Amino acid sequence: MEGGPEKGRVPRQKMPEQPPLVRARNFNEVPLGYSPEMALLEAGRCLQCKKPTCMTGCPVGVKIPEFVKLIREGEFVAAARKVKETNALPAVCGRVCPQEVQCEGSCVLAKKGEPVAIGHLERFCADYERRTDQVCLPVKAAANGRKVAVVGCGPAGLTVAGDLILRGYQVTIFEALHKPGGVLVYGIPEFRLPKEIVDSEIRYLQSLGVELRPNMVVGTSLTVKELMGEMGYDAVFIGVGAGLPQFMGIHGEELCGVYSANEYLTRANLLKSYRFPRYDTPLARGRNVAVVGGGNVAMDSVRTALRLGADNAFIVYRRSIEEMPARREEVHHAQQEGVQFKLLTNPVEVIGDERGWVKALKCIRMELGEPDAKGRRKPVPVKGSWFDLPVDIVVIAIGTNANPLLTSSMQELKLNEHGYIVTDPEGRTSVPGVYAGGDIVTGSATVIQAMGAGRRAANAIHKDLGGEAGPPEACSGTLQP
Amino acid sequence: MHRMVIEAPLLAKKVQPGQFLIIMADEEGERIPISVADWDASAGTITIYFLEVGVSTMKLAQKNAGDGLYAVVGPLGRPAKLAKYGTVVMGGGCYGIGAITSIARALKEMGNRVIVITEARSKYLLYNREALRAIADEYIEATSDGSTGIKGKVQDVVQYVIYREKVDLAYFIGCTFMMMNCSNATKGKGLRTLVALNTLMLDGTGMCGVCRVNVGGQTKFACVDGPEFDGHQIDWLGVFHRKSMYLQEELLAYQYHSCRALRPTDQEGK
Ligand SMILES: Cc1cc2nc3c(=O)[nH]c(=O)nc-3n(C[C@H](O)[C@H](O)[C@H](O)COP(=O)(O)OP(=O)(O)OC[C@H]3O[C@@H](n4cnc5c(N)ncnc54)[C@H](O)[C@@H]3O)c2cc1C
Ligand SMILES: Cc1cc2nc3c(=O)[nH]c(=O)nc-3n(C[C@H](O)[C@H](O)[C@H](O)COP(=O)(O)OP(=O)(O)OC[C@H]3O[C@@H](n4cnc5c(N)ncnc54)[C@H](O)[C@@H]3O)c2cc1C
Ligand code: FES
Repeated sequence: MEGGPEKGRVPRQKMPEQPPLVRARNFNEVPLGYSPEMALLEAGRCLQCKKPTCMTGCPVGVKIPEFVKLIREGEFVAAARKVKETNALPAVCGRVCPQEVQCEGSCVLAKKGEPVAIGHLERFCADYERRTDQVCLPVKAAANGRKVAVVGCGPAGLTVAGDLILRGYQVTIFEALHKPGGVLVYGIPEFRLPKEIVDSEIRYLQSLGVELRPNMVVGTSLTVKELMGEMGYDAVFIGVGAGLPQFMGIHGEELCGVYSANEYLTRANLLKSYRFPRYDTPLARGRNVAVVGGGNVAMDSVRTALRLGADNAFIVYRRSIEEMPARREEVHHAQQEGVQFKLLTNPVEVIGDERGWVKALKCIRMELGEPDAKGRRKPVPVKGSWFDLPVDIVVIAIGTNANPLLTSSMQELKLNEHGYIVTDPEGRTSVPGVYAGGDIVTGSATVIQAMGAGRRAANAIHKDLGGEAGPPEACSGTLQP
Repeated sequence: MHRMVIEAPLLAKKVQPGQFLIIMADEEGERIPISVADWDASAGTITIYFLEVGVSTMKLAQKNAGDGLYAVVGPLGRPAKLAKYGTVVMGGGCYGIGAITSIARALKEMGNRVIVITEARSKYLLYNREALRAIADEYIEATSDGSTGIKGKVQDVVQYVIYREKVDLAYFIGCTFMMMNCSNATKGKGLRTLVALNTLMLDGTGMCGVCRVNVGGQTKFACVDGPEFDGHQIDWLGVFHRKSMYLQEELLAYQYHSCRALRPTDQEGK
């Protein structure tokens, strides 16, 4: 974004945002969305390449030049439907995809530093269609008499359900929590992804006929065997995510005030602790909060802490800012809002007071050593550089593992050495009729990757149950009036 | 103490002794863990007991027969380890009197000699007496005020029982303080002791880690690794600390809700 635009050229349209110091104290969405005028200008920047490279960067192959062209022509609703041909959740993906390493990263204009804002445009047309109440139900294929059970209602499960319901299957989603959406509702905060959007996507699936069964923990409430046996499902898709929080294994992690990011965000988002005591679930509001980690989860946690009233909100990360796996936009937003970055810093101990509460986080400074096998430079501690960071809340956001709750109830299901489900490229597991995809196969990844895996598995299910090949009816289907 | 019978056919078919549920009274509510005390698979019902100690249990107590609950999830947690141990002494206090009932019955059915001790402040707070008397080989009551049975607590009676005869397993459910004291009472004899911890919980499926406890130097999640643990291996101080995390908020929430609420008396909801 260095330098001004060339003469006569339209610069990349910046999306309006709530001012940093205002938004750092509320839970409303940060970016406010394009106006139609801005969308027209931005879409006009697209070169409509003959051989579009942007599409190669998209895990689900959204027809980017086509939908951008429709926006440019003012056909906003048609654009949204074009996106939906390959991506069932454009309003979500437009907000949370790491576009800088996907479509926008591969845009020809990226080389000049200002790729077309594909994510913003995707969000714009999907929001436009929803807000103007122009969402239509596609025509479903005739019922084919087959039943499919989807376990887990995250992006992977939602995609499978959406694809198969349109192909005439009877689809039921079993979800452990009381609300559907997976990480989209319990993890990603309101200020980044308003829950109303997820709700409307789910209502859409329900109106297509998908049945939703919340409060069902598959593995204990029900087993996959029962689903395939007495309950008569022809196939089961497992999309249970990677839910088990990792702790650091350092002294003091059991103290009051130490949270896993999963707990912290679940309280705040799913159980709406930020509205306590109107909502019953409490969440400790620290003045000084340290969040350990450098991914999206860490950014979401630290920005939540600010919004809950923290005076000082720190990111403690053992590498440097370049190595942070979080989306660039989130890091940038966090910086603007006043999050303090303690980089090249590693926690070694949580120090408690006599009541068992966190008092400080003992850290050591790090420096980057030799690159490891993946080319990431490995941080090594600087001798004797300990220091105490005085904090009253510590949130640990260093990743998750596979939750064995479901998989341990299926001895015959093949897992890898880390407990993730092993599948073929199309999502077939070692158990006939059982498919899997999303974080429980790949480990923590992205929304769009989970959706891509869901799409492949839906195709495989369709094929294996004797359906005709070809593009999913799902997406190309004509719309009901 | 409130007793509630919940219609949940799928759960009633699945549940095993020692497991628990996560219940949300309404959409704004907390997800709270509650032990399954008893069930009837053919009627499709589950019985729970709870003590009104804060907002969530207050909301449950306010339900009337025929009302619905926003969410009931389960069965969760590992079932009690049932085996033929020989002689088992079981202690229940508070909601634990209900919670030990089905475990006592199952242990009895497996051929154990089962001694059940229950405690309360006073006679009128004891419940489930007929059921327990029918199950147990010996049923002993203890009250703090001596209004019935032995004057004292489970921890006292247990010491007497294990002094009197050879016991192979002790099993306690009640408030944390009671479980700790009882575990301490059996420690000297090296008697194998199990307790069912009642840590804070959220999801109950291993997803959040709020329920973590240190058992024998290892971090365990009470919801999926427990709730049953070896009472002699638990870091009790840690358990107390973690349970106290939201004392202030709990009080605030209780005041916030109770000033407007009408408090109905003990009742059976469906
Ligand atoms: C805080 C946070 C921020 C993130 N930010 C981004 C981002 O900005 N961009 C991005 O692309 N990705 C982001 N991610 C990653 C992304 O959300 C995940 O990769 C994606 O959600 C995985 O989808 P999934 O369908 O595999 O699983 P999940 O979304 O995890 O959904 C799994 C569902 O299965 C349910 N479940 C689990 N066990 C059972 C069971 N036994 N029975 C029934 N149901 C069960 C769970 O309750 C859950 O609802 C973020 C993740 C987190 C945690
Ligand atoms: C596996 C498991 C099984 C459980 N089974 C039952 C059950 O069958 N019946 C039942 O009543 N409770 C049971 N509990 C405890 C129950 O979950 C809590 O009582 C409940 O969360 C209280 O919610 P609240 O909002 O009403 O009170 P809160 O506002 O959360 O607590 C109010 C006050 O009560 C104290 N308190 C909380 N729990 C207890 C307790 N167990 N004993 C004494 N004081 C407590 C708190 O420290 C606080 O001071 C169980 C817990 C676990 C983990
Ligand atoms: S209650 Fe969340 S992990 Fe145990």
